[in-house]
Amino acid sequence: MDEECAVLREETAASRAGVNFPTRTHHDMIDPVLASRFQFALTTIVHIIFPVMSMGLAPFLIYFTWKDVRGGDPVYEQLRRFWTKIFAVSFVVGTVTGIVLEFEFGTNFAAFSTTAGELFGGPLAVEGMMAFMLEATFLGVFVFGRERVSDRLYLVSSLAVGVGTWLSAVWILIANSWMQMPRGYELVTENGQEVVHLVDPLAAYLTPRFGYMYVHMQNAAVESVALFMAGVSAYFVYRHHVWGHQTENIAFWQKTLKIALVALLITAPLQVLQGDLYARHVYETQPQKFAAMEAVWDTEAYVPEYIFAIPTDLSQFTDPRAKELFGLGIPGGASWLASGGDATAEIRGLNTFETEAPPVAVVFWSFRAMVGMGFWFILLAFWGGYRWYTGELFEDGLLHKALMASSLLGIVAVELGWVVTEVGRQPWVIQGVLKTSEGVSPGLTGTEAMVTLAGFVGVYAGILALYTYVVARVIRGGPPSVRELRSAAERDAAPGEVPGDD
Amino acid sequence: MTSAVDALAAGPVLGLPLPELWFALVFAILGTFLFLDGFDFGAGAIFATLREDEAREAVLSAIGPFWDGNEVWLVVFGGALFAAFPSVYAGLFSRHYLLMFGILGALILRGLAPEMYEQRHDARWQRWWGRSFVAGSVLAPFLLGAFAGNWLAGSPRSLTLVGVVTGIAVTALTVVSGAAFLRLKARDALPETVTEIGVGAVAAYLFAVVATLGALATRLPAGVDALLSPPVLALVAASVGLGVGYGVALRRGADLAALAAAAGLTYGLTAVVAVLMYPRIDPATGATVGEAVVSTLPLNLMSIGAALLLPLVVVYFAVLYSAFSGPITAEEAY
Repeated sequence: MDEECAVLREETAASRAGVNFPTRTHHDMIDPVLASRFQFALTTIVHIIFPVMSMGLAPFLIYFTWKDVRGGDPVYEQLRRFWTKIFAVSFVVGTVTGIVLEFEFGTNFAAFSTTAGELFGGPLAVEGMMAFMLEATFLGVFVFGRERVSDRLYLVSSLAVGVGTWLSAVWILIANSWMQMPRGYELVTENGQEVVHLVDPLAAYLTPRFGYMYVHMQNAAVESVALFMAGVSAYFVYRHHVWGHQTENIAFWQKTLKIALVALLITAPLQVLQGDLYARHVYETQPQKFAAMEAVWDTEAYVPEYIFAIPTDLSQFTDPRAKELFGLGIPGGASWLASGGDATAEIRGLNTFETEAPPVAVVFWSFRAMVGMGFWFILLAFWGGYRWYTGELFEDGLLHKALMASSLLGIVAVELGWVVTEVGRQPWVIQGVLKTSEGVSPGLTGTEAMVTLAGFVGVYAGILALYTYVVARVIRGGPPSVRELRSAAERDAAPGEVPGDD
Repeated sequence: MTSAVDALAAGPVLGLPLPELWFALVFAILGTFLFLDGFDFGAGAIFATLREDEAREAVLSAIGPFWDGNEVWLVVFGGALFAAFPSVYAGLFSRHYLLMFGILGALILRGLAPEMYEQRHDARWQRWWGRSFVAGSVLAPFLLGAFAGNWLAGSPRSLTLVGVVTGIAVTALTVVSGAAFLRLKARDALPETVTEIGVGAVAAYLFAVVATLGALATRLPAGVDALLSPPVLALVAASVGLGVGYGVALRRGADLAALAAAAGLTYGLTAVVAVLMYPRIDPATGATVGEAVVSTLPLNLMSIGAALLLPLVVVYFAVLYSAFSGPITAEEAY
């Protein structure tokens, strides 16, 4: 035991002194740095689906609950009950996959956690106390408590859950935006290791980047859920009106489609307009990321923006270069985007940075696909809005099919956006301060990292399959019919009677 | 604004001993998690002994509204440790790498299983998700206990004797809490055996604690003297008293008193760990609370934040637990 401790102390002292002790990579077949990065990427990519669903559903659920509690049209009780089921399962899966992320900072990125902990740990702790506690406790009331609590407390609980999910994103994005745009700190050497010290909390925690990210993310969540609702309801509307199969609760699905379209008409244009401002901000604060988004290698002026780019051979796909691409380019478009209106503006090329470029192909194509989808969603919104205006919303089979095909694309776009954000800032984990490769736990072996990575591939594939299965079941089951809701209400009103058809 | 920041960077708010308070707070949060989610884990273990559908459904209904909120205390534990003692958080979690992922895996299983169990009503489906629920509910506290034992012993390895016996102690303790909680929430739907399980678990727990302390004796720098210090002896004596009180209360049907005794046992165990560890916070490296704590400014900010937010959290839990107070009713399907 004493020997073990002595070794450990030595190792810790060595790692504090910035020395990589040789046990780490030399004997391992798999690089723990690479495995840790893949694992964090995988666990984030899967996790983000569930917060997008719960954050995006929250405003809808608050609205449904408010209309339901006030009484009147029973469709709002159907809406509340049906979408609460999907919310609840998303929340549970989001909880269990979210704890993983918090732990991974310590398990896989211990050097990062030690260096940045003083500044980075605080927002995570506050997120837990301020946001996660609020949502998780009131979720219990909201999902299980309709019959147990008053209308007023029930409405409050829907608000608390919704506010909690949105506050959660505030603190997570405060932490993330600081890594993209670090301010308000100083680097101090402690025990031979460089450590971040908080100097100016307002500068550190309220970066301009936070504002851009928060609006972009929250609007994306609502837009993604609107697309999901529209796609699912379009299926039932199509089945009923175009196909001619009598469908249960068709009024419910029609209402869902209309509500989703209203949300899409608001969020889809906003996302693209605000995204434009966000891109400009990225150009100002992370020029290397912007150059990767546009695949600009040499500093140039009048850079075109390729909305559609078609690689004519494989190398153009794996190694895109703005100057050589074949596609539909807006002349000076990228320069215009970067500078806020000047098509002749100069964009700094990737070759001018001291650090190696991020994986350009991943960033470039993800950005293109995300932007392309953003415009497609606007088109869908106006198409649906127009059909609604002409009174043919329930008859346009092509629109229904387009909506069905797009039901998951909002989530795909969110994933791609995060890929641009996180891959685009490589090789930095904290922009300009700490490289990702230097943030990985010094004692971690490649074998350990590989075991957990392989475990996560299996477990998360299972989680995704189960989540899909449950959501599909909920959708197939549909909402409780108005008749069921009435008989339940009558039973509650007259507790002495035993209903015959239960 | 700058002057406010300067004032916050100059010294601890109200002159409080903040590093020590945060050390205590981290363990208080861990204890709260072990008690609250502990009775969910215990309910999951007891689920294994139940054969009838009605009884199994009752267990799931009893913990249904609560477990997600209870589990958040683990998130807050991680967050508080990260924020106040980042190098300890990083060192501990990376040192016990596979153990941490074992805990996460068990928590995933425990969280998903009840949700899945209720999706379909065919026997095979429910048998497998029932087993998953039990496995997650038993493994999570066992591995968490092993983590706490290794932390205290300063072990660089995750599989140790101290870890295993601490794991057994914590698992037994969750069954103690779970039995009292289930008696309180679902007495009518459950067989009388639950009482006997609780009484057996409390005896097993007390034995396991003695075994843990014995295994620790050789690994603490102060050795046996540390174990015989007045606060530790007082906490052990109080635990024996609470254990006996728990058994009596459960047999007499004073379920709430039994649950309170289980809470006392859990906080007592956490306190023993904290007392034995202090003034160090990471015995493996020998780092003390004063060395590992973040600088004054962030510590002050966190303290103000926690002082404002934790009372609110107590209110949220009060609302949740009062909304679902009393036994579950027959209609409350999960």
